[in-house]
Amino acid sequence: METLLQQILNGLVVGSVYALVALGYTMVYGILGLINFAHGEVLMIGALSALTTISSLIGVAPDLPPLLLLAAGLLVAIPTCMTVAFLMERLAYRRLRGAPRLAPLITAIGVSFLLQTLAMIVWGRNYHTFPQLISTTPLQPIDGVFISPVQISIILVSALLMFALVTLVNRTRLGRAMRATAENHRVASLMGVDVNRIIALTFVLGAALAAVAGVMFASNYGIAHYAMGFMPGLKAFTAAVLGGIGNLAGAMLGGIVLGLVEAVGAGYIEDFTFGFLNSSYQDIFAFVILGAVLIFRPTGLLGERVSDRA
Amino acid sequence: MPSDGVKTLLRLAGVQVAYGAIEAVKGVDLELFAGEMVCLIGANGAGKTTTLNAIAGTLPLSGGSISYHEEDLARLPAHKRLRRGIALVPEGRGIFTRLTVEENLRMGAYIRKDADGVAADMARVFDMLPRIHERLHQVAGTLSGGEQQMLAIGRALLSRPRLLLLDEPSMGLAPLVVEKIFEVVQSVRQEGVSILLVEQNANLALEFAQRGYVMESGRIMLSGSGRELLANPAVRAAYLGEAS
Ligand SMILES: Nc1ncnc2c1ncn2[C@@H]1O[C@H](COP(=O)(O)OP(=O)(O)OP(=O)(O)O)[C@@H](O)[C@H]1O
Ligand SMILES: [Mg+2]
Repeated sequence: METLLQQILNGLVVGSVYALVALGYTMVYGILGLINFAHGEVLMIGALSALTTISSLIGVAPDLPPLLLLAAGLLVAIPTCMTVAFLMERLAYRRLRGAPRLAPLITAIGVSFLLQTLAMIVWGRNYHTFPQLISTTPLQPIDGVFISPVQISIILVSALLMFALVTLVNRTRLGRAMRATAENHRVASLMGVDVNRIIALTFVLGAALAAVAGVMFASNYGIAHYAMGFMPGLKAFTAAVLGGIGNLAGAMLGGIVLGLVEAVGAGYIEDFTFGFLNSSYQDIFAFVILGAVLIFRPTGLLGERVSDRA
Repeated sequence: MPSDGVKTLLRLAGVQVAYGAIEAVKGVDLELFAGEMVCLIGANGAGKTTTLNAIAGTLPLSGGSISYHEEDLARLPAHKRLRRGIALVPEGRGIFTRLTVEENLRMGAYIRKDADGVAADMARVFDMLPRIHERLHQVAGTLSGGEQQMLAIGRALLSRPRLLLLDEPSMGLAPLVVEKIFEVVQSVRQEGVSILLVEQNANLALEFAQRGYVMESGRIMLSGSGRELLANPAVRAAYLGEAS
Protein backbone atom coordinates (compact mmCIF):
# COMPACT_ATOMS: atom_id res chain seq x y z
CA MET A 1 0.00 0.00 0.00
CA GLU A 2 2.74 2.45 0.93
CA THR A 3 4.62 1.52 -2.21
CA LEU A 4 1.64 2.30 -4.37
CA LEU A 5 1.08 5.61 -2.60
CA GLN A 6 4.77 6.37 -2.99
CA GLN A 7 4.64 5.65 -6.69
CA ILE A 8 1.58 7.79 -7.14
CA LEU A 9 3.42 10.68 -5.51
CA ASN A 10 6.47 10.14 -7.71
CA GLY A 11 4.17 9.95 -10.70
CA LEU A 12 2.54 13.24 -9.81
CA VAL A 13 5.92 14.93 -9.64
CA VAL A 14 7.14 13.72 -13.02
CA GLY A 15 3.66 14.06 -14.47
CA SER A 16 3.48 17.74 -13.53
CA VAL A 17 6.67 18.41 -15.45
CA TYR A 18 5.36 16.48 -18.46
CA ALA A 19 2.11 18.40 -18.24
CA LEU A 20 3.85 21.78 -18.31
CA VAL A 21 5.89 20.81 -21.34
CA ALA A 22 2.92 19.12 -23.02
CA LEU A 23 0.99 22.40 -22.82
CA GLY A 24 3.59 23.99 -25.08
CA TYR A 25 3.25 21.23 -27.66
CA THR A 26 -0.49 21.33 -27.58
CA MET A 27 -0.84 25.13 -27.78
CA VAL A 28 1.41 25.35 -30.82
CA TYR A 29 -0.34 22.42 -32.44
CA GLY A 30 -3.72 23.95 -31.71
CA ILE A 31 -2.86 27.19 -33.43
CA LEU A 32 -0.59 26.02 -36.27
CA GLY A 33 -1.13 22.30 -36.66
CA LEU A 34 2.61 22.02 -36.14
CA ILE A 35 4.36 19.54 -33.89
CA ASN A 36 7.26 21.57 -32.60
CA PHE A 37 9.79 18.87 -31.95
CA ALA A 38 12.27 21.47 -30.79
CA HIS A 39 10.14 22.18 -27.71
CA GLY A 40 12.10 19.72 -25.55
CA GLU A 41 15.25 21.69 -26.38
CA VAL A 42 13.64 24.77 -24.89
CA LEU A 43 13.40 22.93 -21.60
CA MET A 44 17.10 22.09 -21.84
CA ILE A 45 18.03 25.69 -22.54
CA GLY A 46 15.94 26.72 -19.54
CA ALA A 47 17.83 24.37 -17.27
CA LEU A 48 21.28 25.23 -18.60
CA SER A 49 20.82 28.99 -18.70
CA ALA A 50 19.53 28.84 -15.12
CA LEU A 51 22.57 26.76 -14.22
CA THR A 52 24.96 29.29 -15.70
CA THR A 53 23.20 32.13 -13.89
CA ILE A 54 23.22 30.34 -10.56
CA SER A 55 26.83 29.21 -10.85
CA SER A 56 28.07 32.68 -11.74
CA LEU A 57 26.11 34.21 -8.89
CA ILE A 58 27.55 31.69 -6.47
CA GLY A 59 30.97 32.58 -7.87
CA VAL A 60 30.60 36.27 -7.00
CA ALA A 61 28.40 36.06 -3.92
CA PRO A 62 28.61 32.64 -2.31
CA ASP A 63 26.36 33.65 0.59
CA LEU A 64 23.18 34.40 -1.33
CA PRO A 65 20.17 32.51 -0.01
CA PRO A 66 19.28 29.49 -2.15
CA LEU A 67 15.78 30.67 -2.95
CA LEU A 68 17.14 33.95 -4.27
CA LEU A 69 19.59 32.04 -6.47
CA LEU A 70 16.80 29.90 -7.78
CA ALA A 71 14.67 32.96 -8.49
CA ALA A 72 17.57 34.56 -10.34
CA GLY A 73 18.04 31.37 -12.36
CA LEU A 74 14.37 31.42 -13.36
CA LEU A 75 14.49 35.12 -14.08
CA VAL A 76 17.16 34.48 -16.69
CA ALA A 77 15.91 31.12 -17.94
CA ILE A 78 12.37 32.27 -18.69
CA PRO A 79 13.20 35.24 -20.93
CA THR A 80 16.02 33.26 -22.57
CA CYS A 81 13.64 30.48 -23.52
CA MET A 82 11.00 32.96 -24.64
CA THR A 83 13.54 34.58 -26.93
CA VAL A 84 14.65 31.25 -28.35
CA ALA A 85 11.04 30.27 -29.07
CA PHE A 86 10.28 33.66 -30.54
CA LEU A 87 13.24 33.41 -32.92
CA MET A 88 12.43 29.84 -33.80
CA GLU A 89 8.93 30.84 -34.89
CA ARG A 90 10.03 34.00 -36.61
CA LEU A 91 13.00 32.58 -38.51
CA ALA A 92 12.02 28.99 -39.17
CA TYR A 93 8.32 28.26 -38.89
CA ARG A 94 6.66 31.45 -40.06
CA ARG A 95 7.81 31.19 -43.62
CA LEU A 96 6.54 27.60 -43.73
CA ARG A 97 2.95 28.42 -42.90
CA GLY A 98 0.73 26.92 -45.51
CA ALA A 99 3.52 24.69 -46.75
CA PRO A 100 2.80 20.95 -46.97
CA ARG A 101 2.88 19.42 -43.49
CA LEU A 102 6.10 17.51 -43.95
CA ALA A 103 8.17 20.67 -44.44
CA PRO A 104 7.55 22.24 -41.02
CA LEU A 105 7.85 18.84 -39.36
CA ILE A 106 11.30 18.25 -40.80
CA THR A 107 12.23 21.82 -40.01
CA ALA A 108 11.21 21.26 -36.40
CA ILE A 109 13.53 18.28 -36.19
CA GLY A 110 16.25 20.43 -37.75
CA VAL A 111 15.68 23.21 -35.22
CA SER A 112 15.91 20.63 -32.47
CA PHE A 113 19.32 19.40 -33.70
CA LEU A 114 20.48 22.96 -34.17
CA LEU A 115 19.59 23.95 -30.62
CA GLN A 116 21.21 20.83 -29.19
CA THR A 117 24.38 21.50 -31.11
CA LEU A 118 24.46 25.13 -30.09
CA ALA A 119 23.93 24.08 -26.48
CA MET A 120 26.77 21.60 -26.80
CA ILE A 121 29.03 24.37 -28.04
CA VAL A 122 28.02 26.71 -25.23
CA TRP A 123 27.82 24.26 -22.34
CA GLY A 124 30.03 21.40 -23.49
CA ARG A 125 29.28 17.70 -23.72
CA ASN A 126 29.62 16.94 -20.05
CA TYR A 127 26.95 16.43 -17.49
CA HIS A 128 26.73 19.33 -15.08
CA THR A 129 25.73 19.10 -11.48
CA PHE A 130 22.67 21.25 -11.02
CA PRO A 131 22.70 22.85 -7.55
CA GLN A 132 19.85 21.51 -5.50
CA LEU A 133 18.69 24.77 -4.02
CA ILE A 134 15.52 23.33 -2.61
CA SER A 135 16.14 20.44 -0.29
CA THR A 136 15.92 16.97 -1.75
CA THR A 137 16.00 15.38 1.66
CA PRO A 138 12.82 13.33 1.82
CA LEU A 139 10.21 14.09 4.41
CA GLN A 140 8.02 11.33 5.63
CA PRO A 141 4.46 12.64 5.92
CA ILE A 142 3.13 9.08 6.25
CA ASP A 143 5.12 6.13 7.48
CA GLY A 144 6.99 4.62 4.56
CA VAL A 145 6.00 7.36 2.08
CA PHE A 146 8.64 9.91 1.18
CA ILE A 147 8.44 13.25 -0.56
CA SER A 148 11.09 15.94 -0.68
CA PRO A 149 10.54 19.70 -0.51
CA VAL A 150 11.70 20.03 -4.12
CA GLN A 151 9.07 17.53 -5.20
CA ILE A 152 6.39 19.35 -3.25
CA SER A 153 7.46 22.60 -4.92
CA ILE A 154 7.31 21.00 -8.36
CA ILE A 155 3.74 19.90 -7.82
CA LEU A 156 2.66 23.26 -6.39
CA VAL A 157 4.41 25.45 -8.95
CA SER A 158 3.10 23.34 -11.84
CA ALA A 159 -0.43 23.48 -10.52
CA LEU A 160 -0.18 27.23 -10.14
CA LEU A 161 1.20 27.75 -13.63
CA MET A 162 -1.39 25.50 -15.20
CA PHE A 163 -4.13 27.35 -13.40
CA ALA A 164 -2.72 30.66 -14.61
CA LEU A 165 -2.49 29.46 -18.19
CA VAL A 166 -6.00 28.04 -18.25
CA THR A 167 -7.32 31.28 -16.80
CA LEU A 168 -5.47 33.28 -19.41
CA VAL A 169 -6.76 31.17 -22.27
CA ASN A 170 -10.35 30.85 -21.10
CA ARG A 171 -11.01 34.09 -19.30
CA THR A 172 -9.13 36.91 -20.98
CA ARG A 173 -9.42 38.89 -24.19
CA LEU A 174 -6.03 37.65 -25.27
CA GLY A 175 -6.97 34.05 -24.58
CA ARG A 176 -10.14 34.49 -26.58
CA ALA A 177 -8.09 35.80 -29.48
CA MET A 178 -5.81 32.76 -29.16
CA ARG A 179 -8.75 30.39 -29.31
CA ALA A 180 -10.31 32.27 -32.21
CA THR A 181 -7.01 32.21 -34.09
CA ALA A 182 -6.63 28.50 -33.41
CA GLU A 183 -9.99 27.96 -35.06
CA ASN A 184 -9.56 30.23 -38.06
CA HIS A 185 -6.62 32.51 -38.81
CA ARG A 186 -8.36 34.34 -41.60
CA VAL A 187 -11.52 35.17 -39.71
CA ALA A 188 -9.48 36.11 -36.63
CA SER A 189 -7.62 38.64 -38.75
CA LEU A 190 -10.98 40.00 -39.90
CA MET A 191 -11.73 40.66 -36.22
CA GLY A 192 -8.64 42.84 -36.00
CA VAL A 193 -6.42 40.16 -34.48
CA ASP A 194 -2.78 40.39 -35.47
CA VAL A 195 -2.45 36.68 -36.13
CA ASN A 196 1.34 36.74 -36.34
CA ARG A 197 1.53 38.28 -32.90
CA ILE A 198 -0.86 35.75 -31.42
CA ILE A 199 1.16 32.87 -32.88
CA ALA A 200 4.42 34.33 -31.60
CA LEU A 201 2.82 34.78 -28.22
CA THR A 202 1.71 31.16 -28.19
CA PHE A 203 5.27 29.99 -28.77
CA VAL A 204 6.60 32.35 -26.14
CA LEU A 205 4.06 31.29 -23.51
CA GLY A 206 4.81 27.62 -24.12
CA ALA A 207 8.52 28.39 -23.83
CA ALA A 208 8.06 30.13 -20.48
CA LEU A 209 6.38 27.01 -19.12
CA ALA A 210 9.13 24.82 -20.56
CA ALA A 211 11.78 27.02 -18.95
CA VAL A 212 10.24 26.51 -15.53
CA ALA A 213 9.84 22.80 -16.26
CA GLY A 214 13.52 22.59 -17.19
CA VAL A 215 14.64 24.21 -13.97
CA MET A 216 12.37 21.94 -11.94
CA PHE A 217 13.52 18.86 -13.81
CA ALA A 218 17.18 19.68 -13.27
CA SER A 219 16.58 20.58 -9.62
CA ASN A 220 14.89 17.29 -9.01
CA TYR A 221 17.57 15.11 -10.60
CA GLY A 222 20.53 17.37 -9.81
CA ILE A 223 21.84 17.10 -13.35
CA ALA A 224 21.80 19.20 -16.52
CA HIS A 225 23.16 18.33 -19.94
CA TYR A 226 22.84 19.55 -23.53
CA ALA A 227 20.80 16.50 -24.51
CA MET A 228 18.57 16.47 -21.44
CA GLY A 229 15.58 17.89 -23.35
CA PHE A 230 15.12 14.94 -25.63
CA MET A 231 13.47 12.43 -23.31
CA PRO A 232 11.14 14.78 -21.42
CA GLY A 233 10.29 16.39 -24.75
CA LEU A 234 9.28 13.08 -26.23
CA LYS A 235 7.38 12.13 -23.10
CA ALA A 236 5.55 15.44 -23.06
CA PHE A 237 4.69 15.02 -26.72
CA THR A 238 3.31 11.59 -25.83
CA ALA A 239 1.33 13.18 -23.03
CA ALA A 240 -0.12 15.77 -25.40
CA VAL A 241 -1.15 13.08 -27.87
CA LEU A 242 -2.53 10.94 -25.05
CA GLY A 243 -4.70 13.79 -23.85
CA GLY A 244 -5.76 14.80 -27.33
CA ILE A 245 -3.35 17.15 -29.05
CA GLY A 246 -4.62 20.69 -29.37
CA ASN A 247 -6.57 20.39 -26.14
CA LEU A 248 -5.20 22.16 -23.05
CA ALA A 249 -7.02 20.07 -20.46
CA GLY A 250 -5.93 17.02 -22.42
CA ALA A 251 -2.26 17.98 -22.22
CA MET A 252 -2.46 18.37 -18.46
CA LEU A 253 -4.40 15.16 -18.00
CA GLY A 254 -2.08 13.34 -20.39
CA GLY A 255 0.99 14.54 -18.51
CA ILE A 256 -0.31 13.43 -15.15
CA VAL A 257 -1.58 10.09 -16.46
CA LEU A 258 1.71 9.38 -18.19
CA GLY A 259 3.67 10.28 -15.06
CA LEU A 260 1.48 7.98 -12.99
CA VAL A 261 1.65 5.08 -15.43
CA GLU A 262 5.41 5.39 -15.61
CA ALA A 263 5.93 5.58 -11.88
CA VAL A 264 3.47 2.88 -10.94
CA GLY A 265 4.59 0.78 -13.88
CA ALA A 266 8.22 1.11 -12.88
CA GLY A 267 7.31 -0.29 -9.47
CA TYR A 268 5.72 -3.38 -10.91
CA ILE A 269 7.56 -3.93 -14.16
CA GLU A 270 9.67 -6.72 -12.66
CA ASP A 271 6.58 -8.59 -11.55
CA PHE A 272 4.85 -8.05 -14.91
CA THR A 273 7.77 -9.41 -16.87
CA PHE A 274 8.77 -12.13 -14.39
CA GLY A 275 12.02 -10.33 -13.67
CA PHE A 276 12.97 -9.90 -17.30
CA LEU A 277 12.82 -6.07 -17.20
CA ASN A 278 13.58 -3.88 -14.21
CA SER A 279 12.58 -0.34 -13.35
CA SER A 280 15.30 1.19 -15.52
CA TYR A 281 13.09 0.25 -18.45
CA GLN A 282 10.33 2.58 -17.33
CA ASP A 283 10.64 4.71 -20.47
CA ILE A 284 9.01 1.84 -22.30
CA PHE A 285 5.62 2.84 -20.93
CA ALA A 286 5.55 6.18 -22.68
CA PHE A 287 6.18 4.60 -26.05
CA VAL A 288 3.77 1.75 -25.53
CA ILE A 289 1.15 4.34 -24.65
CA LEU A 290 2.03 6.51 -27.63
CA GLY A 291 1.71 3.55 -29.96
CA ALA A 292 -1.52 2.37 -28.40
CA VAL A 293 -3.13 5.80 -28.49
CA LEU A 294 -2.16 6.36 -32.10
CA ILE A 295 -3.58 2.99 -33.07
CA PHE A 296 -6.72 2.80 -30.98
CA ARG A 297 -7.67 6.37 -30.14
CA PRO A 298 -5.77 8.83 -32.28
CA THR A 299 -7.91 11.67 -30.94
CA GLY A 300 -6.59 11.01 -27.43
CA LEU A 301 -8.51 11.04 -24.16
CA LEU A 302 -10.19 14.43 -24.53
CA GLY A 303 -9.63 15.25 -28.18
CA GLU A 304 -12.25 15.58 -30.82
CA ARG A 305 -11.65 16.04 -34.54
CA VAL A 306 -7.91 16.13 -34.79
CA SER A 307 -7.53 14.69 -38.22
CA ASP A 308 -9.34 17.56 -39.91
CA ARG A 309 -6.85 20.16 -38.77
CA ALA A 310 -4.45 21.06 -41.53
CA MET B 1 -26.13 58.96 -59.02
CA PRO B 2 -24.51 60.61 -56.06
CA SER B 3 -24.30 64.34 -56.42
CA ASP B 4 -21.09 66.34 -56.35
CA GLY B 5 -19.60 66.82 -52.92
CA VAL B 6 -20.36 63.26 -51.87
CA LYS B 7 -17.10 61.63 -50.94
CA THR B 8 -15.74 58.50 -52.51
CA LEU B 9 -15.23 56.08 -49.67
CA LEU B 10 -13.84 53.11 -51.54
CA ARG B 11 -12.23 52.96 -54.94
CA LEU B 12 -10.99 49.90 -56.78
CA ALA B 13 -8.90 50.63 -59.85
CA GLY B 14 -7.87 47.83 -62.16
CA VAL B 15 -7.88 45.33 -59.32
CA GLN B 16 -6.46 41.92 -60.17
CA VAL B 17 -6.29 38.90 -57.89
CA ALA B 18 -4.86 35.51 -58.73
CA TYR B 19 -4.76 32.16 -56.99
CA GLY B 20 -1.43 30.88 -58.22
CA ALA B 21 -1.84 30.66 -61.97
CA ILE B 22 -5.62 31.11 -61.84
CA GLU B 23 -6.63 34.70 -62.43
CA ALA B 24 -9.87 35.11 -60.55
CA VAL B 25 -10.27 38.90 -60.77
CA LYS B 26 -8.96 40.49 -63.95
CA GLY B 27 -9.14 44.24 -63.56
CA VAL B 28 -12.09 45.49 -61.58
CA ASP B 29 -13.00 49.17 -61.26
CA LEU B 30 -15.53 49.93 -58.60
CA GLU B 31 -16.50 52.94 -56.56
CA LEU B 32 -18.55 53.35 -53.44
CA PHE B 33 -19.59 56.70 -52.01
CA ALA B 34 -19.98 57.43 -48.32
CA GLY B 35 -23.37 56.32 -47.04
CA GLU B 36 -24.16 54.30 -50.11
CA MET B 37 -25.33 50.74 -50.46
CA VAL B 38 -23.92 49.09 -53.54
CA CYS B 39 -24.38 45.52 -54.66
CA LEU B 40 -22.16 43.25 -56.65
CA ILE B 41 -23.94 40.47 -58.48
CA GLY B 42 -22.78 37.76 -60.82
CA ALA B 43 -22.82 34.05 -61.46
CA ASN B 44 -20.95 31.44 -59.44
CA GLY B 45 -17.24 31.77 -59.85
CA ALA B 46 -17.43 35.33 -61.23
CA GLY B 47 -14.95 36.54 -58.61
CA LYS B 48 -17.23 38.35 -56.15
CA THR B 49 -15.90 36.70 -53.01
CA THR B 50 -12.36 37.18 -54.23
CA THR B 51 -13.04 40.89 -54.71
CA LEU B 52 -14.47 41.30 -51.20
CA ASN B 53 -11.57 39.42 -49.66
CA ALA B 54 -9.14 41.64 -51.50
CA ILE B 55 -10.89 44.70 -50.08
CA ALA B 56 -10.85 43.25 -46.57
CA GLY B 57 -7.18 42.43 -46.97
CA THR B 58 -7.16 38.65 -46.69
CA LEU B 59 -5.99 38.24 -50.30
CA PRO B 60 -3.10 40.13 -51.93
CA LEU B 61 -3.56 42.01 -55.19
CA SER B 62 -1.59 40.99 -58.23
CA GLY B 63 -2.40 44.28 -59.91
CA GLY B 64 -4.31 47.53 -59.52
CA SER B 65 -5.07 49.35 -56.32
CA ILE B 66 -7.67 49.77 -53.64
CA SER B 67 -8.05 53.02 -51.79
CA TYR B 68 -10.26 53.83 -48.86
CA HIS B 69 -10.73 57.40 -47.71
CA GLU B 70 -8.04 58.36 -50.24
CA GLU B 71 -5.59 56.00 -48.52
CA ASP B 72 -3.94 53.25 -50.56
CA LEU B 73 -4.62 49.99 -48.73
CA ALA B 74 -1.86 47.98 -50.41
CA ARG B 75 0.41 47.80 -47.40
CA LEU B 76 -2.32 47.49 -44.81
CA PRO B 77 -2.94 43.95 -43.48
CA ALA B 78 -6.49 42.76 -42.81
CA HIS B 79 -6.36 43.36 -39.07
CA LYS B 80 -5.48 47.00 -39.63
CA ARG B 81 -8.12 47.52 -42.26
CA LEU B 82 -10.72 46.63 -39.64
CA ARG B 83 -9.32 49.44 -37.50
CA ARG B 84 -9.92 51.80 -40.41
CA GLY B 85 -13.56 50.73 -40.37
CA ILE B 86 -13.75 48.02 -43.03
CA ALA B 87 -15.55 44.91 -41.77
CA LEU B 88 -16.28 41.78 -43.78
CA VAL B 89 -19.00 39.26 -43.05
CA PRO B 90 -17.36 36.42 -44.94
CA GLU B 91 -18.93 33.89 -47.25
CA GLY B 92 -20.02 30.92 -45.16
CA ARG B 93 -20.26 33.23 -42.11
CA GLY B 94 -16.94 32.36 -40.50
CA ILE B 95 -18.35 31.81 -37.05
CA PHE B 96 -15.90 30.59 -34.40
CA THR B 97 -17.79 27.37 -33.81
CA ARG B 98 -15.93 26.40 -30.65
CA LEU B 99 -16.47 29.74 -28.97
CA THR B 100 -19.76 30.72 -27.37
CA VAL B 101 -22.10 33.20 -29.02
CA GLU B 102 -21.02 35.84 -26.54
CA GLU B 103 -17.34 35.14 -27.18
CA ASN B 104 -17.96 35.51 -30.90
CA LEU B 105 -19.54 38.89 -30.31
CA ARG B 106 -16.66 39.91 -28.08
CA MET B 107 -14.28 38.96 -30.87
CA GLY B 108 -16.20 41.40 -33.02
CA ALA B 109 -15.37 44.10 -30.49
CA TYR B 110 -11.77 42.91 -30.15
CA ILE B 111 -10.23 46.18 -31.33
CA ARG B 112 -12.31 48.36 -29.04
CA LYS B 113 -11.27 49.66 -25.67
CA ASP B 114 -14.48 51.54 -24.79
CA ALA B 115 -16.22 48.97 -22.59
CA ASP B 116 -19.31 51.18 -22.20
CA GLY B 117 -19.65 51.72 -25.92
CA VAL B 118 -19.29 47.99 -26.53
CA ALA B 119 -21.96 47.23 -23.93
CA ALA B 120 -24.31 49.72 -25.58
CA ASP B 121 -23.65 48.29 -29.06
CA MET B 122 -24.10 44.80 -27.70
CA ALA B 123 -27.52 45.81 -26.37
CA ARG B 124 -28.45 47.26 -29.78
CA VAL B 125 -27.41 44.05 -31.50
CA PHE B 126 -29.60 42.10 -29.07
CA ASP B 127 -32.46 44.45 -29.85
CA MET B 128 -32.11 43.79 -33.55
CA LEU B 129 -31.36 40.10 -33.14
CA PRO B 130 -33.21 38.76 -30.10
CA ARG B 131 -32.52 35.18 -31.21
CA ILE B 132 -28.83 35.79 -30.64
CA HIS B 133 -29.50 37.18 -27.19
CA GLU B 134 -31.36 34.04 -26.17
CA ARG B 135 -28.41 31.89 -27.18
CA LEU B 136 -25.65 33.96 -25.65
CA HIS B 137 -23.94 31.16 -23.75
CA GLN B 138 -24.43 28.46 -26.33
CA VAL B 139 -21.45 27.17 -28.30
CA ALA B 140 -21.78 28.94 -31.65
CA GLY B 141 -21.27 25.77 -33.69
CA THR B 142 -24.66 24.56 -32.47
CA LEU B 143 -26.58 27.53 -33.94
CA SER B 144 -28.77 27.09 -37.00
CA GLY B 145 -27.58 28.51 -40.31
CA GLY B 146 -29.81 31.57 -40.00
CA GLU B 147 -28.70 32.23 -36.44
CA GLN B 148 -25.08 31.92 -37.49
CA GLN B 149 -25.62 34.47 -40.23
CA MET B 150 -27.22 36.85 -37.74
CA LEU B 151 -24.37 36.27 -35.33
CA ALA B 152 -21.85 36.98 -38.10
CA ILE B 153 -23.57 40.28 -38.89
CA GLY B 154 -23.95 41.25 -35.24
CA ARG B 155 -20.29 40.41 -34.67
CA ALA B 156 -19.21 42.60 -37.57
CA LEU B 157 -21.34 45.49 -36.28
CA LEU B 158 -19.60 45.36 -32.92
CA SER B 159 -16.44 46.69 -34.51
CA ARG B 160 -18.45 49.84 -35.43
CA PRO B 161 -17.63 49.60 -39.12
CA ARG B 162 -17.98 52.46 -41.55
CA LEU B 163 -17.93 50.13 -44.51
CA LEU B 164 -19.64 46.78 -44.17
CA LEU B 165 -18.85 44.10 -46.75
CA LEU B 166 -21.48 41.37 -46.87
CA ASP B 167 -20.80 38.18 -48.81
CA GLU B 168 -24.05 36.42 -49.70
CA PRO B 169 -25.84 36.84 -46.40
CA SER B 170 -28.93 35.12 -47.81
CA MET B 171 -27.11 31.96 -48.83
CA GLY B 172 -28.99 28.82 -47.93
CA LEU B 173 -31.56 30.55 -45.76
CA ALA B 174 -35.35 30.40 -45.73
CA PRO B 175 -37.18 33.45 -47.17
CA LEU B 176 -38.39 34.62 -43.75
CA VAL B 177 -34.87 34.60 -42.36
CA VAL B 178 -33.57 36.39 -45.44
CA GLU B 179 -36.22 39.05 -44.92
CA LYS B 180 -35.15 39.49 -41.32
CA ILE B 181 -31.51 39.79 -42.31
CA PHE B 182 -32.28 42.42 -44.94
CA GLU B 183 -34.28 44.36 -42.37
CA VAL B 184 -31.20 44.44 -40.20
CA VAL B 185 -28.98 45.46 -43.12
CA GLN B 186 -31.43 48.22 -43.96
CA SER B 187 -31.39 49.61 -40.44
CA VAL B 188 -27.60 49.45 -40.30
CA ARG B 189 -27.50 51.45 -43.48
CA GLN B 190 -29.89 54.03 -42.08
CA GLU B 191 -27.35 54.60 -39.34
CA GLY B 192 -24.96 55.78 -42.00
CA VAL B 193 -22.85 52.68 -42.53
CA SER B 194 -21.86 52.19 -46.17
CA ILE B 195 -22.51 48.73 -47.51
CA LEU B 196 -21.08 46.63 -50.30
CA LEU B 197 -23.31 43.62 -50.73
CA VAL B 198 -22.53 40.52 -52.75
CA GLU B 199 -25.62 38.53 -53.62
CA GLN B 200 -26.76 35.66 -55.79
CA ASN B 201 -30.27 36.83 -55.17
CA ALA B 202 -30.03 39.72 -57.63
CA ASN B 203 -33.66 40.75 -57.37
CA LEU B 204 -33.40 41.29 -53.68
CA ALA B 205 -30.02 42.98 -53.88
CA LEU B 206 -30.97 45.41 -56.63
CA GLU B 207 -34.14 46.31 -54.82
CA PHE B 208 -32.23 47.40 -51.74
CA ALA B 209 -29.10 48.85 -53.27
CA GLN B 210 -28.79 52.26 -54.85
CA ARG B 211 -26.32 51.05 -57.39
CA GLY B 212 -25.10 47.74 -58.64
CA TYR B 213 -22.24 46.16 -60.51
CA VAL B 214 -22.55 42.99 -62.53
CA MET B 215 -19.51 40.78 -62.55
CA GLU B 216 -18.67 38.02 -64.98
CA SER B 217 -15.49 35.95 -65.25
CA GLY B 218 -13.44 38.33 -63.15
CA ARG B 219 -14.60 41.53 -64.85
CA ILE B 220 -17.29 44.14 -64.34
CA MET B 221 -19.67 43.82 -67.29
CA LEU B 222 -22.28 46.36 -66.34
CA SER B 223 -23.03 48.91 -63.71
CA GLY B 224 -25.82 51.31 -62.97
CA SER B 225 -28.54 52.23 -60.54
CA GLY B 226 -30.52 49.42 -59.02
CA ARG B 227 -33.55 50.39 -61.06
CA GLU B 228 -31.59 50.50 -64.32
CA LEU B 229 -30.08 47.12 -63.79
CA LEU B 230 -33.40 45.61 -62.78
CA ALA B 231 -34.83 46.89 -66.05
CA ASN B 232 -31.89 45.78 -68.18
CA PRO B 233 -32.93 42.83 -70.37
CA ALA B 234 -29.50 41.22 -70.25
CA VAL B 235 -29.48 41.32 -66.47
CA ARG B 236 -33.01 40.02 -66.31
CA ALA B 237 -32.07 37.15 -68.58
CA ALA B 238 -28.85 36.22 -66.84
CA TYR B 239 -29.56 36.83 -63.17
CA LEU B 240 -33.27 37.20 -62.64
CA GLY B 241 -34.20 33.92 -64.20
CA GLU B 242 -36.18 35.32 -67.12
CA ALA B 243 -36.08 34.02 -70.66
CA SER B 244 -34.85 36.69 -73.03
N1 LIG C 1 -8.66 29.32 -52.97
C1 LIG C 1 -8.79 29.26 -54.31
N2 LIG C 1 -7.86 28.64 -55.06
C2 LIG C 1 -7.98 28.59 -56.40
N3 LIG C 1 -8.99 29.13 -57.08
C3 LIG C 1 -9.94 29.76 -56.39
C4 LIG C 1 -9.90 29.85 -54.97
N4 LIG C 1 -10.98 30.54 -54.56
C5 LIG C 1 -11.65 30.85 -55.67
N5 LIG C 1 -11.03 30.39 -56.77
C6 LIG C 1 -11.48 30.56 -58.16
O1 LIG C 1 -11.62 31.94 -58.42
C7 LIG C 1 -12.78 32.18 -59.17
C8 LIG C 1 -13.65 33.21 -58.44
O2 LIG C 1 -14.12 32.65 -57.23
P1 LIG C 1 -15.01 33.45 -56.22
O3 LIG C 1 -15.16 32.62 -55.01
O4 LIG C 1 -14.47 34.81 -56.05
O5 LIG C 1 -16.39 33.52 -57.01
P2 LIG C 1 -17.79 34.06 -56.52
O6 LIG C 1 -18.21 35.07 -57.51
O7 LIG C 1 -17.75 34.48 -55.11
O8 LIG C 1 -18.68 32.76 -56.67
P3 LIG C 1 -19.91 32.25 -55.79
O9 LIG C 1 -21.10 33.00 -56.23
O10 LIG C 1 -20.02 30.81 -56.14
O11 LIG C 1 -19.57 32.47 -54.36
C9 LIG C 1 -13.45 30.86 -59.36
O12 LIG C 1 -13.13 30.40 -60.65
C10 LIG C 1 -12.84 29.96 -58.34
O13 LIG C 1 -12.76 28.64 -58.81
MG1 LIG D 1 -18.62 33.82 -53.42
